[in-house]
Amino acid sequence: MGLSPVLWQFLVKWMVNFAIIPPEASKIASQVDALLVFMTLVSLVGLVLVGLLVTAFSILYRRDRNPVATQIEGSTLLEATWTIIPLGLFLVMFVWGSVLYFRIYTPPPNAMNIYVVGKQWMWKAEHPGGQHEINSLHIPIGKPIQLTLISQDVFHSFSIPAFRVKREAIPGRYTTVWFEATTPGTYHLFCTQYCGTQHSGMIGDIVVLTPENYKKWLDSSTSGVSLAQNGERLFASLSCNACHNGQPDSRGPSLANVYGSRLTLASGSPVLVDEAYLRQAILNPSAHITQGYAPIMPTYQGQVSEEGLISLVEYIKNLSSNYRVQQTLNTTELLPEQPDKVPGKTNGAPSAGAQGVAKP
Amino acid sequence: MSTIVSLPDQSTARVPKRNYLTNENGLLSWLLTGDHKRIAILYLISITFFFFIGGALAGVIRLELLTPQSDLMAADTYNKVFTMHGVVMIFLFLVPSVPATLGNFLIPIMIGAKDLAFPKINLLSWYLYLAGGAMTLAAMITGGVDTGWTFTTPMSTHFSNTNVITTGLAIFVAGFSSIFTGLNFIVTVHRMRAPGMTWFKLPLFVWAHYAASILMVLGTPVLAITLVLVVLERTIGIGVFDPTKGGDPILFQHLFWFYSHPAVYIMILPGMGVISEVISTFSRKRVFGYTAVAFSSVAIAVFGFFVWAHHMFIMGVSNYAVLVFSLLTMLVAVPSAIKIFNWAFTLYKGSITFETPMLYAFGFMGLFTIGGLTGVFLGTSGTDIHLTETYFIVAHFHFVMVGGMLMAFLSGIHFWWPKMTGRMYPEKISQLAAVVTFIGFNFTFFPQFLLGMLGMPRRYAAYPAEFQVLNVFSTAGASILGVGYLLPMIYLVWSLKYGAIAGANPWQATGLEWQIQSPPLTENFTTIPVVTQDVYDYEWLERQKEHEVTHVG
Amino acid sequence: MDSHAVATTADAHGHEHDHPAYLRHHFVSYEQQTETASFGMWLFLLTEIMFFGGLFTAYLIYRNWYYPAFVAGSHQLSITLGSFNTLLLITSSFTMAMGVWSAETKRHKGLVWSLIATLILGIGFLGIKTVEYKEKWEKHHIPGDTFSVQSFVNPSSDAEAKAAGDKPMGLDMARKTEVYFSLYFAMTGMHALHMIIGIALLCGMLFKAVRGGYMDGNIAFVENFGLYWHFVDIVWIFLFPLLYLISRHQ
Repeated sequence: MGLSPVLWQFLVKWMVNFAIIPPEASKIASQVDALLVFMTLVSLVGLVLVGLLVTAFSILYRRDRNPVATQIEGSTLLEATWTIIPLGLFLVMFVWGSVLYFRIYTPPPNAMNIYVVGKQWMWKAEHPGGQHEINSLHIPIGKPIQLTLISQDVFHSFSIPAFRVKREAIPGRYTTVWFEATTPGTYHLFCTQYCGTQHSGMIGDIVVLTPENYKKWLDSSTSGVSLAQNGERLFASLSCNACHNGQPDSRGPSLANVYGSRLTLASGSPVLVDEAYLRQAILNPSAHITQGYAPIMPTYQGQVSEEGLISLVEYIKNLSSNYRVQQTLNTTELLPEQPDKVPGKTNGAPSAGAQGVAKP
Repeated sequence: MSTIVSLPDQSTARVPKRNYLTNENGLLSWLLTGDHKRIAILYLISITFFFFIGGALAGVIRLELLTPQSDLMAADTYNKVFTMHGVVMIFLFLVPSVPATLGNFLIPIMIGAKDLAFPKINLLSWYLYLAGGAMTLAAMITGGVDTGWTFTTPMSTHFSNTNVITTGLAIFVAGFSSIFTGLNFIVTVHRMRAPGMTWFKLPLFVWAHYAASILMVLGTPVLAITLVLVVLERTIGIGVFDPTKGGDPILFQHLFWFYSHPAVYIMILPGMGVISEVISTFSRKRVFGYTAVAFSSVAIAVFGFFVWAHHMFIMGVSNYAVLVFSLLTMLVAVPSAIKIFNWAFTLYKGSITFETPMLYAFGFMGLFTIGGLTGVFLGTSGTDIHLTETYFIVAHFHFVMVGGMLMAFLSGIHFWWPKMTGRMYPEKISQLAAVVTFIGFNFTFFPQFLLGMLGMPRRYAAYPAEFQVLNVFSTAGASILGVGYLLPMIYLVWSLKYGAIAGANPWQATGLEWQIQSPPLTENFTTIPVVTQDVYDYEWLERQKEHEVTHVG
Repeated sequence: MDSHAVATTADAHGHEHDHPAYLRHHFVSYEQQTETASFGMWLFLLTEIMFFGGLFTAYLIYRNWYYPAFVAGSHQLSITLGSFNTLLLITSSFTMAMGVWSAETKRHKGLVWSLIATLILGIGFLGIKTVEYKEKWEKHHIPGDTFSVQSFVNPSSDAEAKAAGDKPMGLDMARKTEVYFSLYFAMTGMHALHMIIGIALLCGMLFKAVRGGYMDGNIAFVENFGLYWHFVDIVWIFLFPLLYLISRHQ
């Protein structure tokens, strides 16, 4: 908009103070607000125009003043005017809004990925470093954050009004949204998709921290096992490494550097390997067989929880060589059920079993 | 302020002895009637009943939201209350409101027919409506349902343990009532028009109903099959929408909104038809750009079928699908803008009076303009992300549905009341009611736009304390609104016995319905009229009057 | 003031009775009445298309996603029974058309026997459908808690799967056959429901025809029922290839 930045800041401050809009705490927020202000102005002009027309005509042509009406068929010119001008304005809004939409839902490649699982009636956030949170989310300012959302049961919706972003958490598939926080503070987190009895209790806090405070928080709330490390243990305990070991004669394709690559499936169709693909390939392997491999992988549906799947996905994402896969090959060391069965090697934290195996 | 109301001399005038109300007597003559006018009255009584049930539920919602905590009732009770409010208001009030009452009463008369094409099916559709209503009430009494009126899967299929099946089947049954009504209207308009009644002599009320009927006939069956699948999924456990079995809950969203978005136009189009008639009559002028208004109704019906996915912008549908649906949404907004400006310019050089129906029509224009423009906020994908699923969307559709549709319904009821009953209601108090409704409405729903901007989610039994002030405003407004709705109930019933005799054409309107006695005869016309005059032909009406005067005088 | 109203005084029965008794009061002519009825029927069939349309949409999407499961699922259906049923329905459409023709040409016997034939063929269709459903029941192919994927993960244990040469399927894809059978039962079930409604109407019509009805030229009901019956037939003409045939060969 052609508005001076100073005036714009003043306007935003005024609107926030009068509780017309929530605080702007993300980079996209001011861009959304600019469009909202534009649309509000256009709407006001439209409303005032209609109001003025109706009022003026009501005064000018009331029966007392104008006892006999003049019949008018219509006016193509006028009608074309109020067809084309609204259409033009709506199209401006459409283009502007679509640009914003693509921006909000297209995460930059360098975004930090935090996984969020929705369930009746709480939000569970999983940080890559292994920090878990319930009904809160700690994030630093100045860093693009991507959320990968999924629901364990019904539809939920992850809404942060101060960031002007929202994304539905859907059972059975990942959705993503991203933002970059700008102002430290605590903001509302709402579930906005009606999800059952305690829907209105499915709320929490978005805690935006300065990078230093964020680092402190990370250190103080670490569980000692990163998502990828937990994924590695699951990978071994589910015996994924028996096939996906990267050796030339292995029965499953090598998973090193598979994330982000383009695969050709047995059906011949090409796919991009992203989080959603990895999750699907674990749950529904039959439809996701890499070309050249036999369809022998069993499904893990019902055996791994959504959190476990997240760990596995995060592990595979970070897998750049098969060295460690082969290291752990044929060991039962990391099986959670028998943690004390195998003595010896102590890589990783020996006391903790892998989190994420679905309880029977 | 002068008025165009011209009533017959009250000392000599009588309501005609023979009319559709007195033609036959006894309860059975009503319950087995084939007369479209009597069926309209039956509908009017039943939808009023359900309106007050839905309204009472709305009152309870507003009371609960007076305070941030869920203290008046537990969260699950609140969830049931807003679900039942939505189900009752949408399926049992808004969808049948204008079409089944005013449409039923007027369409045959307006086109110069003696009845709808299928009188028995018309009666059947009332019974189906009643059955659907009774099942909804039964579901409500035996524990309610808490899925929201949108029945989102897998919530409705696997996670709710309330009366989803009964309610789903109730809507299924009521849906067939709506299908049959729409079918009846379309066939009637095609096949039953009087000689000389060409398509472009049809009142805009008929055009609007024709467009709405297309939506009813094509959209409702999709809702029906979707509900059948939900019920089958809940009972025997088929897996069409169940993500754990490989079904896709997003498919449910597509199928549901394929009906439920056009349903919005089913609700609003007939209201627009009413407004066209009222504004023309009280400004003594042909509707500005009749053809444009007629075709804009059809355009809304056609485009209305291709915008459903704008309810799903944040649900993970492809970005490019969002692009297409957002663009189509912008296109569907244009015909509504055309209508608003055409109505405004109908006033230009008119001879305007401000009787009650006109006041409601002005209210409609203001509130519908706001409702429509805020719809553009939601159709624009980038801002939809922030505003959807908040009180902004609640305010938006209440501006369209309550501010638009209900205002239009009340406008129409007041406009045709003399025709339906033969009597006038007291004008001053009805004008007061219109003003009270308008003020109460704005107090109730305008604060909700601000709440939505601030991010307050919808369907929350408890909310953060910072939202309380605006919620108190809203609840206070709702109490004013409640008074605005109760007033017409009282004086309209009063007028049945004590109202002034209306005569055939109290408003000096041009429609065929005003050229016959009030209340009309059962057969509407003793001889089928031959239509020579144009639609909204006020000069013809003047000539008619002069003709009568010279003959009689 | 009432004086300029068009129709204030008249006798309801003032008009001439020069029309057939079955002309309803609100129509001008019998042509208008029949045209109106058939127009209404066509419109109703349009709503029926939308009704089934929802199911066909679901079918197309899932078939695209879970193609192997749909292949294996269709192997469980008997082409013989399906073809025979198709034959029954097409024949019944023919007999129904004969019935309409007989009514038009006022052939009492022709109408009665056509309707009887249609009725028998319709009931025959449902009978065979019952046999098919029963087989699904025995093999636990009805979606729900008792659904079993045995025939698909272990095709050698299943006669039909073996005969079709099915290869063992991964458990994940085998589970998707439940979606196939969900759609199979939803679609054929809805179709069967339409057949049952049709047969009920047919019985009523037959009852009237036996007692000499439809011989006075008032045959709108017969004609419109014919339209309905043909529609139900056409739905089957789509269901049969979609469910039984097109997925058979990979």
